Amino acid sequence: MIQTALIMIGVGIFAGIAGAILGIGGGMIITPILTLEMGLNIKYAIGASIIAVIATSSGSTIAYLRDNVLNLRVAMFLEIATTIGAIVGALLTGVLDPKYLYLLFGCLLVFSGWNMYRKLRRGQEVLQRVEPDKIASKLKLNGSYYDKAEMKTIDYQVENVPAGFSVMFGAGVASGLLGIGSGAFKVMAMDTFMKMPLKPSSSTSNLMMGVTAAASATVYFFNGSILPGVAVPMALGILGGAVIGSRIMQVLPARWIRVVFIPIILYIGIEMLMKGLGVHF
Amino acid sequence: MSEKEKTTTAAEMVQVETIIGRILQVGVVLSAIVMGIGLVLLLATGDSGYAGDTVPLTMGAILLGSWQLKSYAIMMLGTYCLILTPVLRVVVSIYAFYKERDRLYVMITTLVLIILLIALLIGLTGK
Repeated sequence: MIQTALIMIGVGIFAGIAGAILGIGGGMIITPILTLEMGLNIKYAIGASIIAVIATSSGSTIAYLRDNVLNLRVAMFLEIATTIGAIVGALLTGVLDPKYLYLLFGCLLVFSGWNMYRKLRRGQEVLQRVEPDKIASKLKLNGSYYDKAEMKTIDYQVENVPAGFSVMFGAGVASGLLGIGSGAFKVMAMDTFMKMPLKPSSSTSNLMMGVTAAASATVYFFNGSILPGVAVPMALGILGGAVIGSRIMQVLPARWIRVVFIPIILYIGIEMLMKGLGVHF
Repeated sequence: MSEKEKTTTAAEMVQVETIIGRILQVGVVLSAIVMGIGLVLLLATGDSGYAGDTVPLTMGAILLGSWQLKSYAIMMLGTYCLILTPVLRVVVSIYAFYKERDRLYVMITTLVLIILLIALLIGLTGK
């Protein structure tokens, strides 16, 4: 029992650090470890990963709020789309063939990976337009954050609000229908579509992830998908890891985070395309 | 947007975020302490407090078990507190925006809370 607890704390710390830096839930890291390495039933793995998403979100958001990295207005505005999407997704279970969703999101993620690669090559994090976006100004979405790596405050503008809102709605549908945290989609909506810099995108995604996951977590909590002996030490590890990760992220150059993010987003995208096409490997 | 207006908005935002951050921190620390006590109890006694792999699944059973110092019950209680922290974040955001007299965002955040509560209800009754 002590051994399981120690392993889960260790896995949690690792998942917490990675999740806090990249703005994705720990599900991608947690699920394979629990099912493949520890032979746990997929039901418990899903229960554990939804707790992981909330722990990553709440653990990292403390620092991101205090240090003013995330964009609270963007988060709350887009949260309308993700929560409605999550309900629609849950209601569509059994009606819509998930195949099409896997194909659509697989393509979007691959496109986004390519776009991030171009951003990396260009070497420019923030694009300043002469004319600010009308909707973004009206909703007061434009923001600024203090970048500890560059040691200066960076102002940025938000663009393509309708496109970002639509992708967020899709991300909500995906998390309701497919049961995935969809942190990668959230980062993509803000970074690729709304042209936000990577650090505010990833920290804002972290805040939003928890709110979206809280709705479905209650279901898993009461239907017995949570194994306290596994989920609790993991959650404690993640909370610690996320607190560390949210500090590391702020001093890392955005370029480095992008370099790590691109292969991950491509991997998830290709995996989804494969699932959509019915190819198993 | 004028330069002055821009700085006021930014300063307000920092205040709003500080308030939410503090309250969130209290919630997270509290749930971590409860989960930690449960885990230490489980490891020290080697006893979940329940027969076999049974886990308490109703709020009544969890609260009763926590009162009787059963480790699984305390761990579930801590986990439930953790699940509530994002909801707490939305509730506090409404108050913080209200304090900053940002009516538009009081409305947006309230809408998010309502949708979230609907989702919770569907979740509780649906599956």
